[in-house]
Amino acid sequence: MSALGAVLSFTMVAQTLRMSVPYAAAATGGVLGERSGVVNITLEGALLAGGFAAIACDLATGSPAAGVLAAVCAGAVFSLSHAALVVHGRVDGIVSGIAMNLLAASGTRLLLRTLYGSSSNSPTAPGFHFLAVDARTGSGLLLHTLVDPPTPLVALAVIGVAWLLRATPFGLRIRAAGEAPRALASVGVDVARIRVLATTLGGAITGLGGAALALDQHQFQAQMSGGRGYIALAAVVLSGWNARRAALLCVAFAFLDALQIVLQNETAVPVQLLTSLPYVATLVALGVVLGRGRGSFAAPAGLGRQPDE
Amino acid sequence: MNLRASWRGLRGTVFALALAWIAFDVLAIAYGLSPLALASTLFSGTWGTSYGVGQVLFKATPLVIAAVGIDVALRAGLFNVGAEGQLAVASLAVAVVGGRLGGWPTAIAIPTALAVGAVAGGAWAWVPGVLRARAGAHEVISTIMMNKIAESLVGALLASGLALEGTVRTQDVPASVALSRLDAGWAGATTRFVHVDFRGSAASTALVIAIGLLLLVRPFYGRARVGRELELVRMNERACARERVPVARRKVQGIVLSGAVVGLASSATVLGYKGYFEEGLGAGIGFAGLGVALLGRRSPLGIAFFALLFATLQQGGLAVNALVPKESMDLLAAIVVVTLALAEGRLRGLLTGPSAVRT
Repeated sequence: MSALGAVLSFTMVAQTLRMSVPYAAAATGGVLGERSGVVNITLEGALLAGGFAAIACDLATGSPAAGVLAAVCAGAVFSLSHAALVVHGRVDGIVSGIAMNLLAASGTRLLLRTLYGSSSNSPTAPGFHFLAVDARTGSGLLLHTLVDPPTPLVALAVIGVAWLLRATPFGLRIRAAGEAPRALASVGVDVARIRVLATTLGGAITGLGGAALALDQHQFQAQMSGGRGYIALAAVVLSGWNARRAALLCVAFAFLDALQIVLQNETAVPVQLLTSLPYVATLVALGVVLGRGRGSFAAPAGLGRQPDE
Repeated sequence: MNLRASWRGLRGTVFALALAWIAFDVLAIAYGLSPLALASTLFSGTWGTSYGVGQVLFKATPLVIAAVGIDVALRAGLFNVGAEGQLAVASLAVAVVGGRLGGWPTAIAIPTALAVGAVAGGAWAWVPGVLRARAGAHEVISTIMMNKIAESLVGALLASGLALEGTVRTQDVPASVALSRLDAGWAGATTRFVHVDFRGSAASTALVIAIGLLLLVRPFYGRARVGRELELVRMNERACARERVPVARRKVQGIVLSGAVVGLASSATVLGYKGYFEEGLGAGIGFAGLGVALLGRRSPLGIAFFALLFATLQQGGLAVNALVPKESMDLLAAIVVVTLALAEGRLRGLLTGPSAVRT
């Protein structure tokens, strides 16, 4: 098959969709937390925490559904800690984020070693397999991805968060906590609680993305998030903190991810250069898009500010 | 008065270390050990022997250099999370150029190799710097992307001819470019407890570079114009702009200088330890160095202290590995970072007092 044929195949569509799930989940979680005013670079750590919890729970109970639930809880608890440090502990969001990501990276590695005797990867977990399709053909993989439970759940989360922010009183409060925390506090709303809630909920969605990532590989590997949380954060920034637009950008990044895998088989370009494609694209997109028009991409005005600052 | 001020600066550290000690206890008990027994194993494997001390210094050396580098960006209010990539690129450059300085006298060859490392690290940091200054792209995202790109690029370059046939390592640098080990040519000194000669440890004269950089910190930010303006930019960008300080340029300079100093850490890994570069050499130093820099809070003494602490945990992890997994020591280091950040944040909250808007 020619390179072009491979790019325009069902496999490509399926791979893109499959890879966009963790990105989209993390970006949606990121939009929710950051719209409330909490700087959130912990998407990377929440992906790791969720992925590990999903596999550990799947291995322990034999139920991937329990794994997904555990991932959601792990992501929520992880982000709750970050939110508590930032909102109640008054720690700088970036400092807390760096520390929490270190904690997630070393914590999952320690747990891997303690539970499974290897600090690099877990044993193979069953994962979801209720549909007997041949995932090796393009259309089979596409069908498999579409009905793989994390996929519709993440799609629901994207739509749900967009609706929550746009059309509900709670969403309005989240936006106000991010744009004008003082004003919100002055009408008697507890800004701290809104921020902690929004960030925790965002963490739960990101944890779901971690579950999608790890269950898809049927295994947890140390550092398997591989920068996806940061790429998702870039998507959040580029989208102007908009859930649906961020998810669409994630599909674009996932397309590049899928593209580099297809190109690895089809061209003679060194593998290492191809794997860096999504990262280079993120940099270029940040430089070009932000460099052009900064006005339309304004961050929430109170992002990273305490309500009394 | 002075005592009280220094206590105020220290109490966050004390609080964090106390919490870390509790975490250490929990860890020991979780593995069915007595905390004191675990601590004494950790101690005797590090500071208890001449070799252990040497190994701690060996591991602390690149951490100090990387932390001083990352600190440059922090002074300008920028988070250089890209030290991993800067160090990888610099290390490859140092090994490749160093390997071709065969006939050069040591006094010229070593500074040349180091300069190459600094230029490579600085160049790698320049990209996020410009993206930040020109486009406003947050440096945390772009430096992480640069880490990933560095990983790929280094791998691709090694695979396409820079590595020895069939390996992922470069050729050895000639002896005139290598930094000598501390245990060579030094008979050692006998202290009250142990005879210290670092025998067998990988501590090298790169330690001198690390100490030199630490000594440069105060004069650079206290007296040099660039250094002072870097800090002023962090404190009040608007006032700086009004006083005609070139804010954008200072920020780019800050992060480029940061990457350049981080690149010097290759002296401890390539020139002082392996004598060549291989894939993965120095991995983890960037992130650990970031932790050290955040904990050190712009103080050379603080950086030295936390670099030694992290190095002790890393080396001690190997000593206690039979009792508890060595990965737990990384977790402990991460806990120190979290608790100190928390201690600082709490204290800042107490200093500003309860606010009317926070009900």
